[in-house]
Amino acid sequence: MGTARSMQALQRRRAITAGSARPRPNAPPTSPSTPDGVVGRQAGQRPAERAPITSIAPLPSTIDQDRGSAIRLRDVARSFSGAGAPALVALDGISFDVPPRQVTALVGPNGCGKSTLLRVIGGLLRPDRGAVEVAGERVSGPDPRVGFVFQEPRLLPWTSALDNVAFPLLLAGRPGAERAARAGELLELVGLEGFGGARPHELSGGMRQRVAIARALALEPSVLLLDEPFSALDALTRERFGSELLRIWERTATTILLVTHSISEAVFLADRVLVLSPRPGRVVADIPVSLPRPRRRSTLDSAAAARLAQRIRSHLAGAADEPVAAEAWGLPETAPEGPPGAFPAGDPIAELGVPAWFDPFGREDRS
Amino acid sequence: MSAPPTAVARGSEGAATARARPGRRLRDAMPVLLGALLFVAAWKALVVVEGYPTFILPAPEVVAGRFWTAWTDGTMWPHAATTLTEIALGFLVGATSAVAVGILLARSRFAERVLSPYLVAAQATPILALAPLIALWFGTGLLSKVVICALIVFFPVAIATMVGIRGVDRRLLEMARAFRATRRQLLLRVEVPAALPAILGGIRVGVTLAVIGAIIGEWAGGERGLGVLINLARGSLFDTPLLFATLLTIALIGVCLYLVTVAVERRLVGPRG
Repeated sequence: MGTARSMQALQRRRAITAGSARPRPNAPPTSPSTPDGVVGRQAGQRPAERAPITSIAPLPSTIDQDRGSAIRLRDVARSFSGAGAPALVALDGISFDVPPRQVTALVGPNGCGKSTLLRVIGGLLRPDRGAVEVAGERVSGPDPRVGFVFQEPRLLPWTSALDNVAFPLLLAGRPGAERAARAGELLELVGLEGFGGARPHELSGGMRQRVAIARALALEPSVLLLDEPFSALDALTRERFGSELLRIWERTATTILLVTHSISEAVFLADRVLVLSPRPGRVVADIPVSLPRPRRRSTLDSAAAARLAQRIRSHLAGAADEPVAAEAWGLPETAPEGPPGAFPAGDPIAELGVPAWFDPFGREDRS
Repeated sequence: MSAPPTAVARGSEGAATARARPGRRLRDAMPVLLGALLFVAAWKALVVVEGYPTFILPAPEVVAGRFWTAWTDGTMWPHAATTLTEIALGFLVGATSAVAVGILLARSRFAERVLSPYLVAAQATPILALAPLIALWFGTGLLSKVVICALIVFFPVAIATMVGIRGVDRRLLEMARAFRATRRQLLLRVEVPAALPAILGGIRVGVTLAVIGAIIGEWAGGERGLGVLINLARGSLFDTPLLFATLLTIALIGVCLYLVTVAVERRLVGPRG
């Protein structure tokens, strides 16, 4: 049923001649953690091959559809040493695979190394140990196959939106005509056609972040890394933005790895949620999200979504050392402290009378 | 195929920028004119009330008349042209080397440690005291004036560049690195444009100092220039109105150069929000 619906939606939206509908995300069921806290991913669990979206000429799929993982991490570790202070282990023994076109959310409390992990994958930081591969090739520095979207838009304030989108192309030495044409297409893709001449300060926060996404797509990366891209946006813009991101993802055939604080955001956007523990950062849970696509806000009101959110939350609470951490994560203050499983049977969010999808946004913004 | 075209119409107004209305210009100029009028009136009043002789303080209309004749009979122009050449060359040499050194200082703490004592010492030493020495070394021609101008321009521009480059948002640098900027691209595409408002601030100060440098250089020795004309007017010619007319010319040059840099700044930097 999800298949039929997503097919209609695709046709309705873009008249895309998709041969097959969006396949079910099929991340493996959470397996018990291995001794070092790593949840492995077995072979043969890649998503079924999907037909290329042929109508999107400007953004051809640059990934090899079925030649292994889009992202592969093996035993990645990274620590930071401050002057005098003991080394801080940000990441320790992280291994996971992301199949092409999957949307994966990295969830974890502050300081669990989510952003560090993203920078290691993007080649901005070197791992102390272990290997990162993108599309089968090792990452040894900032990589054209990876597009980065930061927490803030990070646009150059002295140039237009168009030039900001074209910035990676300028750095790559592409000719001016090609830069302008490509940047124009990308602005259209993110719904900002006609705003090419505007300076960043003339755009709203959401528009700026859309420019940043367009810029990340400029070099046709196979992987898009997003570091809490919604955190600077207000709650309503955030929601709209999530849907917008999924729409862009449907048209660009990229693999998305997304860092987020928000459980509902993760459930709404991702095929799979990886939960990280703080210091040292390890993968403590690998949770498949098998909700139908295309997703709507109502999808999050379903019982299945609520169960998923609760499951993710339980892993987060279990990963925290201190009782304060539970409150910081949007749990009611009456929630008993202690290990996972000690929570009340009912959904704490539902008991508050707030729709499950809305609460974590609101609570985060209030705190 | 492509996105619905409706959004094009929606976007066009967003990109439009506000334009100043014609009436604004006049209203902005009013306080300037009023101030000038008051200044001239006070000057005239001082001359009338105190009854100063012309060789001490000539009346404004006397100065204006001398200014006019000096420009029309060809007294002023050769001197002004010489001074302008010195300013232009000295400023160019000083400012470009200062930007280069400022970038070096920003990049390397070692370079800053080694160079900054000399920079500060050179700046703290009055250029007036150095000028005779420079004239001795480089002669009384164009070169010594260019050196003095360059020296006096150097410090504010170098420091402004260093501070500007150091202050560039590290997050922007990381962004550029993520998109595979080389060191050179990082400097030319991110650091220098981002530091441009600061650098231009230093240049604003530098350009007015360049005028001072040229005059001082001419005092230390020279055959032509507005500084020479001041000495002539005061000494052998004993023509105080000409002295005032020359001062007026120098001041006008300074103001014009300053306005030019401000205009360049507006053009280059624009609104950044």
